Amino acid sequence: MSLAFDVLLALALLWSAWRSLATPDLTRAVVMFIVFGLLMALAWARLDAPDIALAEAAIGAGLTGALLLDALGAFGERRGRDGP
Amino acid sequence: MNAPARLAVVGFALALAGVLAAAVLDLPAAAVDLRAAVAKKLSASGVEHPVTAVLLNFRGYDTLLEVAVLLLALLGMLAVAKPEAAAPAPPAADPMLRTLSSVAVPLMILAAGYLLWAGAHRPGGAFQAGAVLAAAAVLLHLAGRLPAWASPSRVLRLGLAGGFLVFLSVAAILLAQGALLRYPPEHAGTLILLIEAGLTLSLGLILAGLFLVLARRPAPPRAGGGEEGKS
Repeated sequence: MSLAFDVLLALALLWSAWRSLATPDLTRAVVMFIVFGLLMALAWARLDAPDIALAEAAIGAGLTGALLLDALGAFGERRGRDGP
Repeated sequence: MNAPARLAVVGFALALAGVLAAAVLDLPAAAVDLRAAVAKKLSASGVEHPVTAVLLNFRGYDTLLEVAVLLLALLGMLAVAKPEAAAPAPPAADPMLRTLSSVAVPLMILAAGYLLWAGAHRPGGAFQAGAVLAAAAVLLHLAGRLPAWASPSRVLRLGLAGGFLVFLSVAAILLAQGALLRYPPEHAGTLILLIEAGLTLSLGLILAGLFLVLARRPAPPRAGGGEEGKS
């Protein structure tokens, strides 16, 4: 049971990492990055490292994701103002 | 990039991954079992959780420098931020987000306090608690209740540097007694809690600052938000 979960988790990690790098849509890439961070936190929890899991969920997925989304919003705004 | 070049890059990456995996599998076992060493000294560290003991006692100077790096990063951002771009009025947030923020933020502050306290004997600690505080500040900003930072006031500057200064002064006092950050065992728990409390506040402010300084931008023209409100 737990082996199946671990295999699924590893596959989902690779998939979300690939999607976040390969997708041409920046918003989707950022969302996939956040998904990757949350899955990574799960992986750390499975590896018996709850301290790192907490830090990854809060900083890696939460704050970095918010920063990336904010940067995306700022760029989109500038693009919308300067040109069509 | 054309197909043969892409194939070559993929092939090279796969080969590199294979070599790295082989190298990791080939590594000899660690000569020193650090877990046993930490477990042996844990009773003298002042805390019961091995990760906190390593972070703030056995390798305290690493954490000291880490905090200094974070503070420097924020100072760098403040230095390059344009001073004339005054803090814009927070955008009108939708009522759902405002309600959510007034429910969630007190709970987040409570959770940060719990994480700080829990760090002594279970997973938790200053970094996680600070991150939760920073997330609360970001949520408040997104809900339009906390303006972005134009130029940090004196109190805010003190708060940003405070955790590092507390840590540094404890280190300096202990240095006068012999060694950098070697706590006397009977006071270790109190000193670690004092440092962690300062660090929680400062790290929360620093991490929030990384967001709130960047969030400063010229007031956007009323384009997207207004139309949504009308329809």
